[in-house]
Amino acid sequence: MNVLVLSNSLHTYLVIAALLFGIGLYGMVQRQTFIGMLISAELILSGASLNFMAFNRFLAPDPTVGQVFTLFIMAIAAAEAAIALSIIIAVYRNYKSIDTEDVVDLQG
Amino acid sequence: MMSLLTAEGLSGLLFLVFIGVTLAGALVATNARSLIRSVAGLALCFLGVAGLYYYLNSPFVALMQILIYVGAVCVTIIFAVMLAESSDLKRVTRRNGLVGPLAFLTSGILIWALAGLALKTEWRPAPCLLNRGTVENLGQSLLTTYSMSFELISVVLLVAVVGSLVLARVGRDK
Repeated sequence: MNVLVLSNSLHTYLVIAALLFGIGLYGMVQRQTFIGMLISAELILSGASLNFMAFNRFLAPDPTVGQVFTLFIMAIAAAEAAIALSIIIAVYRNYKSIDTEDVVDLQG
Repeated sequence: MMSLLTAEGLSGLLFLVFIGVTLAGALVATNARSLIRSVAGLALCFLGVAGLYYYLNSPFVALMQILIYVGAVCVTIIFAVMLAESSDLKRVTRRNGLVGPLAFLTSGILIWALAGLALKTEWRPAPCLLNRGTVENLGQSLLTTYSMSFELISVVLLVAVVGSLVLARVGRDK
């Protein structure tokens, strides 16, 4: 199998997207700060967009659908990042910390 | 066996570089000790993903990826890191030591399952293409077929910007 023609196969992109998703999930569980979890969420989202773009290139009859969908995912991700960061700033103002373990008031 | 010195060979090599940049950036983003470094890893990963989009016949989406993710989202996260302290450096671990290995195991199993599913399934290509997927086709379908979603996304973005301003303002006088 020739390594140099990998860019022309659907499987390559799907495996990379699965790797991005898995790494993002690992970071989501393992990170202890809100900003770290937000970064992991962005990784998961980009894995999903890569899947959409790969299917769009290789399988879709209309090659604009996946591109439009990926652009919409980008817009939603930007909105999500803005909201999440302002919530993080508000939490930091009240608790003086962005550590997830410090913000447990209701823990028994 | 294709030679490295042809145009196809060089583009294949560049593709491998983009894959490496993407995965290395993702690993740095999740494993770096300080938050600033992990934001830099995220920017690297987004650059690699933009290169992959370029190989998927969509240079417009690749440019948008760089513009929005690297240019806007990463810079916003860096601002938030500067405003809030980076407490990763002086953290004390108060939780179960099993969390890290369990997370590694779970994500490893998920990656294995998803990649195995992607490799085993027999994907059927489309019988015919409606258009070539160029920037002109993209603009036409954004303003005709998807115009409603386009307008809704603009409203969502407006509400998100105003809402984040309001959220960040609450309690500022304290």
